[in-house]
Amino acid sequence: MTAFILKRIGFAVITLFAVLTLVFFIVRVLPGDPASVVLGDQASAASIEAMRQKLGLDQPMVFQYLDFLGGVVRGDWGVSMATGRPVVAEVLNVLPYTIELTVAALILGLAFGVPMGIWAAVNRNRIPDYLTRIVSLLGLSAPAFVSAVILLLLFAIQFRWFPVISSGQDTSLGGKLRDLALPAVNLGLIMAAYITRVTRSAMLEVLSQDYVRTARAKGVPNNVVVWRHAFRNSLIPVVTVVGLYLGILIGNSVLTEIVFNRPGLGKLIVGALGQRDYTMLQGMMVIYTFIVVVVNLLTDLVYGLVDPRVQYR
Amino acid sequence: MAPARFGQSELGAVATMAWRATARAFRMNATTSIGAIALLIIVLSALLAPWIAPYDPLEQNILESLQPSSALHWLGTDYYGRDTLSRILYGARLSLLIGLLSILLAVVVGTLIGLVSGYFGGKLDIVIMQVMDVILAFPSLILGLILVAMLGASVTNLILAIAFTAIPAFARIARAPTIALREREFVQAGRALGYSDSRIMFRHLLPNIVPDVLVMASLWMATAVRVEASLAFIGLSVAPPTPTWGGMVREGFENILDSYALALFPSLAVLILVLALNLIGDGLRDAIDPNLRTES
Repeated sequence: MTAFILKRIGFAVITLFAVLTLVFFIVRVLPGDPASVVLGDQASAASIEAMRQKLGLDQPMVFQYLDFLGGVVRGDWGVSMATGRPVVAEVLNVLPYTIELTVAALILGLAFGVPMGIWAAVNRNRIPDYLTRIVSLLGLSAPAFVSAVILLLLFAIQFRWFPVISSGQDTSLGGKLRDLALPAVNLGLIMAAYITRVTRSAMLEVLSQDYVRTARAKGVPNNVVVWRHAFRNSLIPVVTVVGLYLGILIGNSVLTEIVFNRPGLGKLIVGALGQRDYTMLQGMMVIYTFIVVVVNLLTDLVYGLVDPRVQYR
Repeated sequence: MAPARFGQSELGAVATMAWRATARAFRMNATTSIGAIALLIIVLSALLAPWIAPYDPLEQNILESLQPSSALHWLGTDYYGRDTLSRILYGARLSLLIGLLSILLAVVVGTLIGLVSGYFGGKLDIVIMQVMDVILAFPSLILGLILVAMLGASVTNLILAIAFTAIPAFARIARAPTIALREREFVQAGRALGYSDSRIMFRHLLPNIVPDVLVMASLWMATAVRVEASLAFIGLSVAPPTPTWGGMVREGFENILDSYALALFPSLAVLILVLALNLIGDGLRDAIDPNLRTES
């Protein structure tokens, strides 16, 4: 097990390094000199040169690259061009909001998706199956901003159950939950759609196995077959897919945060785009890379825990 | 699956496989047909927009600002008094154009990468697939967002950015069957006859990969349309006043307290197009692998 974990961690570090390199070159290679973008069209050649020096753009590419990697390791991701504050501080400032939202969405997604997937699989090719199929397809077709706008129209404007623009000032638990409810439901429904489909297909596969037939043949009650024999074994693909769909969750959290005007990574990155804040964008890409790699690592490890066979590989 | 018949042109063989899979999909599944009909309607409205749109999508009429649905304006008007229905009809053009061309580009480049990587194998394969996995690890919306922000928002750049995020998926889907087929008799026979690598790859392997790629293409076109709309919603698309569905939702969202219609109708348009593409993709997948039956 230790060897397995170490191998996975080693692989994660290599991936991280590769993506950081990609990030560095994407930011550098694309057209548009950051210095002249920051200063605008009217800037003199001298001030652009000064800005290039300040940003380290006059250094050879190799030095810039090493400097960048060193900075990432030391936790020094540069200073935001727009606010003048350290990028790390800005990111850490809003990170809890995004984590709160993502975790809540994940819990909702699992709470709805897994039972719905099982229900569909157990009733294969009957009405519950068709129903969940249509609903889940609808869920994964809706871009997050579309579902968010529809939720907002329905529950905040039509029924007035939730605030249209949450103040974020209410720090009591009830107030926080009220602010979190609609965004979390929005992301959670999309997540539930993916999880439903995966759970259904995983359950269908397990239910067609010989040992399930054997269990049924020897008279094990249906409930026990479904939950003890089949469900546990269908968990493995579900766990993997939840990890794989993290990218979708992150992308959708950006849109959700914008519609519900919630602080978080999404609002930060869109703000940075609007202000052409290159250091901030680079830092955002680094943090997103960290999140993706760490979650992939955790997925791999959980995979090992859920499926005892994995450690022998 | 039978290898492509000798003497048939590459294109002909590819088209035959594609056609067979599609035909099977529609025979089998009612929901696929619903998706296809919806897509057909959207494509037709995009093509015929200049003739069927009741108004000029750019024509402002401040006296009719933020009108609700009426006989004059079926879906109401926006802040500048522009007709929402006309703007949705014209907006379909951009969504379809960007969705189609970006995926076409990703299919060509990605399939080529996967085919070469799988056929030659070895170190090249490991390196290529590692790079693909790294790109795939990144959330496509975030990657698209950063690329478009840096390249500048134009139709060409949107297509390039969205294609870039989709290439790894096609490389992977093309690579798997290539590896499986590489050692099969018909390929070895080709080698024994002295066929060149490119002839084996394009004339004998490619047609067998087409069905898988086709399924992936329709599912990823759904993603491409969704990403384009999302980018437009964020403000990274063709500059106003050109109507884009995502941009219309954004404008409607900013006036959401005055008129619900403005945000709702373009939202539904995006939803219907993405859903239609997903339905078609699901149906195609069922047709290709009947055992799988809408499994993810």
